[in-house]
Amino acid sequence: MTLVTDTPAPFPTTEAPLISEVPRGTLFRFATAGSVDDGKSTLVGRLLHDSKAILADQLEAVTRTSSERGFGGAAGGIDFALLTDGLRAEREQGITIDVAYRYFATAARSFILADCPGHVQYTRNMVTGATTADAVIMLIDARKGVLEQTRRHLSVVALLRVPHVIVAVNKIDLLQYDELAYREVEASVRQVAAELGIGADGRGSDGRGSLHVIPVSALVGDNVVDRSPLTPWYDGPSLLELLEALTVIDDLDENGRATEDFRLPVQLVLRPQGAVVVDPELADSFRDYRAYAGQVASGSIRVGDAVTVQPGGGTSVVTGIDFAGVELDEAFAPQSVALRLADELDIARGAVIAAAGTLPGVTRSLDAELFWLDPRPLAAGARVLVKFGTTVVQALVAEVTGRLDLTTLAVQPATTLAVNDIGQASIRLSRDLPIERYADNRRSGAFLVIHPQDGSTLAAGIVTVPGPLTGAGDGSGAGSEVSP
Amino acid sequence: MRAAPVNTIESTVTTTVTDTIPTPVPSAAGDHRLSELDVLESEAIHIIREVVAEFERPVLLFSGGKDSVVVLHLAAKAFWPGKIPFSLLHVDTGHNFPEVLEFRDETVARHGVRLTVARVEDYLADGRLTERADGTRNPLQTLPLLDAIAAGRHDAVFGGARRDEDKARAKERILSLRDEFGQWDPRNQRPELWNLYNGRHTVGQHVRAFPISNWTELNVWRYIERENIELPPLYYAHEREVYRRDNMWRAVSPVSPAREDETVELRTVRYRTVGDMSCTGAVDSDAASVADVVREVGVSTITERGATRADDRISEAAMEDRKKEGYF
Ligand SMILES: Nc1nc2c(ncn2[C@@H]2O[C@H](COP(=O)(O)OP(=O)(O)OP(=O)(O)O)[C@@H](O)[C@H]2O)c(=O)[nH]1
Ligand SMILES: [Mg+2]
Repeated sequence: MTLVTDTPAPFPTTEAPLISEVPRGTLFRFATAGSVDDGKSTLVGRLLHDSKAILADQLEAVTRTSSERGFGGAAGGIDFALLTDGLRAEREQGITIDVAYRYFATAARSFILADCPGHVQYTRNMVTGATTADAVIMLIDARKGVLEQTRRHLSVVALLRVPHVIVAVNKIDLLQYDELAYREVEASVRQVAAELGIGADGRGSDGRGSLHVIPVSALVGDNVVDRSPLTPWYDGPSLLELLEALTVIDDLDENGRATEDFRLPVQLVLRPQGAVVVDPELADSFRDYRAYAGQVASGSIRVGDAVTVQPGGGTSVVTGIDFAGVELDEAFAPQSVALRLADELDIARGAVIAAAGTLPGVTRSLDAELFWLDPRPLAAGARVLVKFGTTVVQALVAEVTGRLDLTTLAVQPATTLAVNDIGQASIRLSRDLPIERYADNRRSGAFLVIHPQDGSTLAAGIVTVPGPLTGAGDGSGAGSEVSP
Repeated sequence: MRAAPVNTIESTVTTTVTDTIPTPVPSAAGDHRLSELDVLESEAIHIIREVVAEFERPVLLFSGGKDSVVVLHLAAKAFWPGKIPFSLLHVDTGHNFPEVLEFRDETVARHGVRLTVARVEDYLADGRLTERADGTRNPLQTLPLLDAIAAGRHDAVFGGARRDEDKARAKERILSLRDEFGQWDPRNQRPELWNLYNGRHTVGQHVRAFPISNWTELNVWRYIERENIELPPLYYAHEREVYRRDNMWRAVSPVSPAREDETVELRTVRYRTVGDMSCTGAVDSDAASVADVVREVGVSTITERGATRADDRISEAAMEDRKKEGYF
């Protein structure tokens, strides 16, 4: 590749695709969940502390604050929750309000952890933390067992298809490490998980992901980093051992190759029209440069592969894959690249470039599961915006059809959804969109519901049934795309 | 040609000797697993492109510090072969290190972008701001920043803040909505779901966007090494006249003279963060190259802010309080 030169391109050139110094596939994202006070933040703090991820000044600050607040009474001690409960209000109230992101690495991999709040009022923040997680640690206070909030969070995790679920049955120190008490909680949570389709040996019917149950004491540290001698009746891994061993993403085969169909939602069209940063002598060859920039949402594509573009249904062939001056032979999720195509198709932000033949068409309606996150309730007839990939369109909630009953885990008929409800609705779109089932593609099947006036995010949505195809989608302007 | 291609495999070997991340296993051809840095880089480029696509007048806060330099580099990659499609803004406290300002101007020129400088000193001169008793000007940046955002009619402001810097930053969204006073309301943040960012806002509001939210200090340094990114020289070990205050080495300068009871000595130091001279401290270090710094950061036992920022020690929630008032 000779296109990048010194003036004024700011990056070094490399012949090969960018290979870097940390091992591949080693960034693992996990989130905590579970009812308020079940010990999520304490567990996370304990995990960070025992894996030596807390630096001296942070530990000193937390130790000082713990003693100022009289933590642990006369015996003292460190309130590990303070490592993530960093807001003034959180420390005053002793609860988590919003997600805290922390970063640590062990010899095996690097972690991004999201410590989520348990309080029902902050369910929106728990959903925030869970949408990007490879694994969720679901905490249960061993004395209280499965609560409504536990079921709510497990339902969220099941619907989001979080690949791995680790149930940490916490505070076993308060039950004197009693095996029977633990087994009781374990049985009931396995029962709930099974009802929600979170399977013991592979989640749901497709056999992906996993469910694990571990007895822990976040306060004392049993089975968090090291296996505890106080639970001889438990012969599984510690929490950290498990986090180090779980697979990072569930859509790679055993050779590490992406198995899902290729999708790239176009973010913008790169058309510098002469205003280029390459060597002036080469500028002419860039006069007609046109590439479609976006992050590969799933799958992989190679130069020479045929693609279909929706809406519109146009077809073409990939002639080049650019990564900031480096030409790649192949692009795969989650790389941010720019694709060049052989034909001049009408492609703008919002279009999806897909492997040929894998994205048959577009639709104007869908059935969805909604996590309603706004205090204003939803009823049929609501006019909203929805954001799919890189498109925002107007939409109408045609019907609310059901709501998950968190006691029975059955769907009950309903006509409205209130804050923190998980429910089902039919939605009509003002424009043809290439929509897929969330179960088939987690990126293309996820969407936001947005308030058309104030811009609030009202709900997280996942497509359960896309509507009938309305053709290959000629993209004709009958509907209205909303400018941001 | 400028610097020779970075041989990233070689640099691996040198940088992983002493830290906790193991040497990589070479990946099989066609392996679709990305390294940690590649994942973070693509995530950041996606965020930068989303903001440019959805907002009318984005701007990047650019101080010449390592994090903003990395964001600028990512922006250049995001729009290659085109130019970076937004301008830069710097709030100059008047207490900045001269070598950083020089670096800032060179970098801006090299990228062919436009830089606006908002000066705290203009505000002090006409009385819109007054000097604080403790002499630090960090909190004074907020007003000129908000004025510059309003004057530039910027609806999105990129920053290089990272969540690992501070416990309040650990709570902030990648796209963070600010009201017309620039205030952050940590109790009432918008949900942020998958990588579907919602940047919609009403008149007067703007959005702060943090593309490297999920990067650690070590990630930043590894990336600087891999991409061969130039930084102001004071990030590397050099000799400087310093004195001890608040348990850190402070540079002798016209705006931060030593008091009578403080002893000035010549030491080999470097800076882990670069801010206002009056409140940024240096650390003892022999790390003269980027590889040395990667090694040093990999084994450091103190956070970068803990080691170098006096302004964060004012109270338990110093950063949160500043952010609520519109600070970065
Ligand atoms: N005895 C005992 N107490 C625990 C244990 N884990 C947590 N706690 C205590 O339980 C209380 C709540 O802990 P947190 O970690 O703040 O709970 P949380 O789940 O993060 O709560 P929210 O984030 O507000 O939902 C604190 O007083 C902890 O010290 C444990 O394993 N044993
Ligand atoms: Mg908590």
